[in-house]
Amino acid sequence: MNLMEYQGKELFRRSGIPVPRSQHCTTPDEVAAFIEQNPGKWVVKAQVLMGGRGKAGKIKFATNADEGRKVAQEIMATPMPPNRQNPNGEAIKSLLVEETLDVALEAYCAISVDRTTKKPAVIVTKFGGMDVEEVHDKHPESFSTFFVDTAIGYSPFIGRKLAFSTDLDPGYRKQFPAILAGMYELFFAYGAKLVEINPLVLTKDGRVIAADAKVELDDDALFRHPEFKQWQTVLPLDEDETLATDAGLGIRNFRRFGGTVGTMANGAGLAMGTMDAVKNAGGEIANFLDVGGGANAERVRKCYELVVNHTNAKVFFINIFGGITRGDEVAKGIVEALNTTKSRKIPLVIRLTGTNEVEGRRILAEAGMTPVETMDEGAKRAVELAAVSS
Amino acid sequence: MSIFLDKNSKVFVQGITGAEGSYHTGRMLAYGTNIVGGVTPGKGGQKTEHGLPVFNTVEECVAATGATHQCIFVPPAGAADALFEAYEAGIRFSVCITEGVPVHDMLRVVGATPGMRIIGPNCPGLISPGKSSIGIMPGHIFKEGNVGLISRSGTLTYEVVDGLTRAGLGQSTCVGIGGDPIIGTTFVDCLREFANDAQTKAIVICGEIGGSDEEDAAAFVKEHLAGMPIVAFVGGRNAPPGKSLGHAGAIISGGFGTPESKIKAFQAAGVPVAERPSDIPKLLAERMAAV
Repeated sequence: MNLMEYQGKELFRRSGIPVPRSQHCTTPDEVAAFIEQNPGKWVVKAQVLMGGRGKAGKIKFATNADEGRKVAQEIMATPMPPNRQNPNGEAIKSLLVEETLDVALEAYCAISVDRTTKKPAVIVTKFGGMDVEEVHDKHPESFSTFFVDTAIGYSPFIGRKLAFSTDLDPGYRKQFPAILAGMYELFFAYGAKLVEINPLVLTKDGRVIAADAKVELDDDALFRHPEFKQWQTVLPLDEDETLATDAGLGIRNFRRFGGTVGTMANGAGLAMGTMDAVKNAGGEIANFLDVGGGANAERVRKCYELVVNHTNAKVFFINIFGGITRGDEVAKGIVEALNTTKSRKIPLVIRLTGTNEVEGRRILAEAGMTPVETMDEGAKRAVELAAVSS
Repeated sequence: MSIFLDKNSKVFVQGITGAEGSYHTGRMLAYGTNIVGGVTPGKGGQKTEHGLPVFNTVEECVAATGATHQCIFVPPAGAADALFEAYEAGIRFSVCITEGVPVHDMLRVVGATPGMRIIGPNCPGLISPGKSSIGIMPGHIFKEGNVGLISRSGTLTYEVVDGLTRAGLGQSTCVGIGGDPIIGTTFVDCLREFANDAQTKAIVICGEIGGSDEEDAAAFVKEHLAGMPIVAFVGGRNAPPGKSLGHAGAIISGGFGTPESKIKAFQAAGVPVAERPSDIPKLLAERMAAV
């Protein structure tokens, strides 16, 4: 679960990390009223989960109430433009009105988890304010990393060590260890997967302030912090995601590609492997579908209808390798799907092996279906059938 | 010899009376796994449907049965607790099947259990064919032999194993390490064991896009396993878009977990990367014949 900037900054405040003075607003009138009562130069920032707000014109400045209302209206008038990861863009539902900072320098600081060392990793570079990937391309040597021993936790030497090794400006040094302590406290208190400050600003009058906040909480740990449920931003689903949800699948378990060979497998790895096999056999893939573990009859029927009714599939290749999924359950599901569905019928190619495969095959045989032996064989047969059906 | 697990390993199941725990205990017993009992708090003194003794605590289970290997089927919120309980009771090998364990729970566990070998969480377990199996892998597709296999995926592993077995290439030990951000045992941890295992004469590394496990494995192979016949596979090359790769996580490892970066790393280590799972047996047989 990713947090919006204003939510991240609320957690920063609780952990003693300095943030700019600000007000969270949901309408242009609220923005105007706030600036009316608090004269000065303010920055108005769209609150979205997508990156690239500045380039999209969703961060603007205002020096009086009327200007505040006007820029707020402009920002909220259109959603964030789509990009590759967010093909729908993102609607702007609220704004953060924030004190403008007299920036002298911008640095980058983050705490994340590292799979290789199995430890929390603190990453600092003196180059902030741009995409961290961009910094990595331009100044790879500037990154300084510390892997934290969870038994020791945070100690100020870690902040000092990182500051010296990335050659952080001396202006940061006094306040930096305390900021890192706050990030560390937040990271552990809420079971976060990422706490990132980019940029960490040094102002001309010598203050060190988190000008932005990026916090990713662990969905698996939300049961310990139910208070964050209300902070969850639900992005509108695209068509494939909606279809997946309607069929009782996870939003990432289904995607269409326009070809004629429908596919379904259990497990993302095997589902991707099934698509590779169809491509290798010279076919065009209609869809990716991971039915998940423990697929039962009802789930299989819904997946069948999903593929038959909503893709260009002329044939449906079902590839099940049972581990926790039981072959007999899937076979029952296939038979039941065909018996109860009101959807059109397309040829099926079934590969069913693994846990309870003998029983599963018997059920299919009784219904007049013969499963294939291997994934490649199934893919070949499906591609042939798709060609005949065209 | 196989790694981590053989027919003498005494296994107990945590959560043995739950639906999944009970079902898979039956399957493991049928495979020949030496399961000596299980733990379900409040049901101590009872027998399972398989006739195994149930204990209230790991300590009691270990004292009564001499169990050495733990298999965890408890809900996510209790997984770290089960691991700590086993560690305190002297257990140094555990397989955690549970999916959805909080990342910070695993950070704490890994940091506080030195000397304990944990497989998973969110993994299918491991099997030393012909000897023993811990987890949920379908035993009958495996065959005893000399190929060590490590994988991040569940069902894709079965696909690869099926191909090896059909080609007559049996396996020494197959380990499904799991795909979570923090796991107890990485590819490199397994490679280190295989390097010292007399039974293992060849290795298959079944990777996936994302993270840097494959790059780390390739670097280890280059350094320590230059003479070993090894074939790799990288799943997800036609992955649906939208799966974001972590920002800071990628920076730490200096790579971005792309299929290209992984394939390049393997090739630099002299490890051929199979285009599809069904190509693995042939590639591996060629490498083995060349030794």
